[in-house]
Amino acid sequence: MFTIRVNGVEHTVDASEDKPLLWVLRENLKLTGTKYGCGQALCGSCTVHVDGQPTRSCVMPISAVGNKQIRTIEDINTEHIGSLVQQTWQTLNVPQCGYCQSGQIMAATALLKNNASPSDQDIDKAMSGNICRCGTYPRIRKAIHKIAAEQL
Amino acid sequence: MPPNFANTIRRIVSSSLLIAAGLISSQVAAQSPLFQPLFEVLTHPRCLNCHTKTDFPRQGDERRRHAQLVVRGEDNHGAPTLQCSACHQDENVADGAVPGAPHWALAPLSMAWEELSPSELCAVLKDTSKNGNRNLEALFKHMSEDELVLWGWTPGGDRTTPPLSQPAFVEALRAWVDAGGPC
Repeated sequence: MFTIRVNGVEHTVDASEDKPLLWVLRENLKLTGTKYGCGQALCGSCTVHVDGQPTRSCVMPISAVGNKQIRTIEDINTEHIGSLVQQTWQTLNVPQCGYCQSGQIMAATALLKNNASPSDQDIDKAMSGNICRCGTYPRIRKAIHKIAAEQL
Repeated sequence: MPPNFANTIRRIVSSSLLIAAGLISSQVAAQSPLFQPLFEVLTHPRCLNCHTKTDFPRQGDERRRHAQLVVRGEDNHGAPTLQCSACHQDENVADGAVPGAPHWALAPLSMAWEELSPSELCAVLKDTSKNGNRNLEALFKHMSEDELVLWGWTPGGDRTTPPLSQPAFVEALRAWVDAGGPC
């Protein structure tokens, strides 16, 4: 049994120690907004925040979570910047198929919380681990710049 | 052939051999045999891929640039919000696909070892202004006990390991340290 803090709420879950956080979120807690993509930390679709840092939940065993605060896409709109990112994603119609976008939003939110005015290079460095097969990168970049320019 | 001439030839040949042997031995002496096994371990991809002189880590035995274009970052732990720890946990993942060890990071640029000759690498390794202010005993402790260093011998998946076993490396390291760290 492990007790973890997700989106501000403590949950006690029955899981083996090597069960990835992703599957604890999706199966045990039914938080299915975080997506399974590659399962090897190569694509970024499973990105959640662990103590504020974007982390690939598919390779983080539940035993490594400890007292760290987990935040998922389901709760990101309760943060000012997370809410701005989601609104702007809608305004600019950023997603196409949408599968990677919860990971993209988690990465973009962390970037904008750390850097209120990211350059193209800053965006590349922060977002390069989040892959989008629809190729929505230009709209992701545009949305990040729009938030920084108009609302931060 | 007159005997005197034959003796002269013999003297020339033997003295040439002595000079040649002297040259060879002086080249060997420039590279301590005590450091050679350490050099072979330290330049193995498991060590060198994160002791780069570049703004990014490498991966694989072919030492390609790390996927996802990850960067070194100001503190050698990646970009501010794409840290090494986003993917690299404190241990390898169960199937070995993603390697992990505590304090996963690149070595600082002062500890870059890429493309150094054995004597250059030896000098950099011992230079306390570059090695985190470690004397020989501190180097021994770091290289024989640090969990990220030890990961090199348990890298997970089908990754290759350095040419010496970890105990053999520690033994070679001890001999080098006891000899005063000859280069």
